[in-house]
Amino acid sequence: MGVGTFFTSQLDAAIGWARKYSIFQYPFITACCGMEYMAVACSHYDIDRFGAGLPRFSPRQADVLFVVGTISHKMAPVLKRVYDQMTEPKWVVAFGVCTCTGGFYNNYATVQGIDTIIPVDIYIPGCPPRPESVLDGLMKLQDKIAAQVQRY
Amino acid sequence: MDGAAVLERVRARFGAGVVDAHDHRGDHTAIVARDAVLSVLAWCRDEPELAFDMLTDLTAVDYLRYPGREDGPRFDVVYHLYSIPHNHRLRIKVRVEEDDAVVPTAVGVWPIANWFEREVWDMFGVRFEGHPDLRRLLMYEEFVGHPLRKDYPIERRQPLIGPGA
Repeated sequence: MGVGTFFTSQLDAAIGWARKYSIFQYPFITACCGMEYMAVACSHYDIDRFGAGLPRFSPRQADVLFVVGTISHKMAPVLKRVYDQMTEPKWVVAFGVCTCTGGFYNNYATVQGIDTIIPVDIYIPGCPPRPESVLDGLMKLQDKIAAQVQRY
Repeated sequence: MDGAAVLERVRARFGAGVVDAHDHRGDHTAIVARDAVLSVLAWCRDEPELAFDMLTDLTAVDYLRYPGREDGPRFDVVYHLYSIPHNHRLRIKVRVEEDDAVVPTAVGVWPIANWFEREVWDMFGVRFEGHPDLRRLLMYEEFVGHPLRKDYPIERRQPLIGPGA
């Protein structure tokens, strides 16, 4: 390992550590999963313990896009636009089975998984997922953020 | 007034305009000729003993290949009426043929019919004659067809972006 590699890898670790505890999320909430999202955000489960307690309602200030609830074909361009407006680095969480695969909505209206439109980092299935599985997904996302190599 | 009495009043007033009537577990339905439906609705709203001041729902049913109705008119347009002062209800249906799927608009009777009728047009393709703004309500403008028709292919999707767009 050269000296330069040593410094950049240590810098990567420091940046990753800082980023994983300052997740500013954009909650894109369209359906019933929103209730479970609120439960996670409130004091019983307290998403703030993971440094993700402050939702930003502007995509330009957000790091993680939480897609919570069924996405219809009519909504899909809006979701894409919100994703495009977020600045790098950015991550996407598919919250609930509708966003993962379309869930049991196999019909004219529903997008069969948001990964057909935008890239997804973490899938949290469930209808809706328990807060514990949301926190598990969040911690997996933190691991992913911490391990991310920067492009200098 | 109970449902049977309401139905009796409507039949007494409109005679042949009421094509058929039935009740199912206390819910009364009058099937009305298309020519008569506007006057029936307006009269139901204005008659003091009925006073149906609220249109709780306006929807449609597609009876394509429905057992026992293969030859009959394809669509039913359904009005659910409710009277707040009298606390009674009535369902009114109009039968509509597929190749002449037009019903006079009820916007002049209850303004809420505006969006209900747009929804029925969007989902079933039944037109409402005289509607001030008959555009799709739920689906996007690029969408082709009417998704709640029984002959709309269940697998057919019309995405705006992504695969298949």
